Amino acid sequence: MPDSEPRLDRSSSDGAARFTLTGDWVARHARALERLAGTVPTGAPRVTIDVSRIGHLDTFGAWSVETLCQSARAAGIDPQVTGTARQNAAVLAQMHKTALRPPSAKATHRDTLAILEATGRSVFEAGADLLALLSLSGRVFSSFGLALKSPATLKTKSMIHHIDQVGVRAVPIVGLMTLLIGCIIAQQGFFHFAKFGATDYVVDLVAVLVLREIGVLLVTIMVAGRSGSAYAAEIGSMKMQEEIDALRTMGLDPVDVLILPRVLALVIALPMLTFVGVIAALYGAGLVAWIYGDVSPASYLAQLRDAVTYTDFEVGIIKAPVMALVIGIVACREGLRVEGSAAALGRRTTASVVKSIFLVIVLDGIFAILFSTLGM
Amino acid sequence: MRAVSLSPAICIQDLVSGFETDIVIDHLSLTVQRGEIIGLVGASGSGKTVLLRTMLGLLPKMSGSIEVLGENLASASREEARAVGARCGTMFQQGALFSSLNVRENIEYPMREYLDGSDRLFREIALAKLQMVGLDSADAEKFPAELSGGMTKRVALARALALDPELIFLDEPTSGLDPIAAGAFDALIRALHQTLNLTVFMITHDLNTLNSVCKRVAALYEGRIIADGSMATMQASEHPWVQAYFCGERGHSILSSLQDS
Repeated sequence: MPDSEPRLDRSSSDGAARFTLTGDWVARHARALERLAGTVPTGAPRVTIDVSRIGHLDTFGAWSVETLCQSARAAGIDPQVTGTARQNAAVLAQMHKTALRPPSAKATHRDTLAILEATGRSVFEAGADLLALLSLSGRVFSSFGLALKSPATLKTKSMIHHIDQVGVRAVPIVGLMTLLIGCIIAQQGFFHFAKFGATDYVVDLVAVLVLREIGVLLVTIMVAGRSGSAYAAEIGSMKMQEEIDALRTMGLDPVDVLILPRVLALVIALPMLTFVGVIAALYGAGLVAWIYGDVSPASYLAQLRDAVTYTDFEVGIIKAPVMALVIGIVACREGLRVEGSAAALGRRTTASVVKSIFLVIVLDGIFAILFSTLGM
Repeated sequence: MRAVSLSPAICIQDLVSGFETDIVIDHLSLTVQRGEIIGLVGASGSGKTVLLRTMLGLLPKMSGSIEVLGENLASASREEARAVGARCGTMFQQGALFSSLNVRENIEYPMREYLDGSDRLFREIALAKLQMVGLDSADAEKFPAELSGGMTKRVALARALALDPELIFLDEPTSGLDPIAAGAFDALIRALHQTLNLTVFMITHDLNTLNSVCKRVAALYEGRIIADGSMATMQASEHPWVQAYFCGERGHSILSSLQDS
């Protein structure tokens, strides 16, 4: 085990400096080597670097010797390395051959202009992003049209698998979460409405809120986090492994094979999940009404029947397939954008969730305006 | 000028390894001396990769002992295992470069983990290693996804060499390279072996590599070493698999043409 500290002893004779190197010039002593490599000979026209007494020498040691020579040359002093044993000679020669200076890095601007440039770029990218989403939607619709014309081309098996993954397997968590949210809304309603004696309206509040907005929105956001991310990661890693390219070379369109089944599965599963979520939330609200608000189940149901109309249910459930389409297309598009590294996969998966939740909420606002215009 | 300690580079005794129900390495013993270049051959599924992964400690062994650079990894403390890690380099078959770091950062990574030094030192050593494996410093800022297969292999080798290891493990270093690139890679391993005084343990199927680089060849068959020695020993072996491998149509034509030239 090479373990003695590297040392550099200076001496001078006949106007020539002499560096005698001793100890082990190896990677483990990197910090000391670096300090020694900074030694610059002064006041002599020549310097002799004697390496014959070095114990062990590796590339780190050779780098130090080479750096010594270079700084001597830079100071106008002629260096000479003596005493190289056979083995040391090889690594010293190798290090001498290599150019230690990196090519000059590209100049980077870090000023206000750069900030403006970055802002401009991201605005254009956002525009391009939207166009690309529309383009992929178009391809999904045309693929769906072809599938309608010849149903045999639809990947039914894959679609059913994905309905199982994103729909059936999501029922427990979706049910539990919406049940709890139903409980919370009802509890808050009873608590605050009691202050002005309006507890009779709590059931109206819960029913309208859950049926029209909260049910579908909550389920959609959960699905975007749960299944949208899975889609993006699956397709992204397939892209990284060149599986998508393999499909293309077989003459198959990834939109037909991968994306359409996934998007259709979401479009079918999300309304069902929304229905489950709405029922669970109403059930939770009923429990709270019974235990906390002293409303018996029978009178809760009667109030519920008066409070809601079929339109309320329609308003909520109609949004679900549209939201599903957005989540599915955003997730698949982000998956297809993965290039190269594991970090890119992570970035794209994150982007898929963030973008789909954002779009879903924007869409919900547009629906609200639409429905109020239609008087629904 | 490295210390020639008495312990061999690798000493495997009576090793049994594999998966729960499936014994892949069956009472195998093998000793590799310092400074040797040994090539391990074997059919697909004969346990080459399992042996390598067991030696690297990636796969738990069932019984037997493995000493790497005189250290028994199973009984070594965390610090001892880490110290051995710094003295070995591994080049994986697919390169296993960290995809979120560029080429230079990949090579610097082990240095940053193990050594105390400045950014400048690490950068210059990384660039030197890159040139040692025949790449240009212009490639230093590229990301692994932008590299060709041959470049990936070279960068992986440079990373394996980052800490000036005493021992390097190469898993199929020339697979997937064209014959010219593979030949250059062979020459590179030979040159580095001389320059850095390495011990090299490689898994390879490339008869050219075996012939031109490896002084010693070990053949693995059904979890045991069935032949061990120089290429001449291999060709003289009676075992039918070794016969088929080295004296079969492909083996024979390559070896005879090499001998003629």
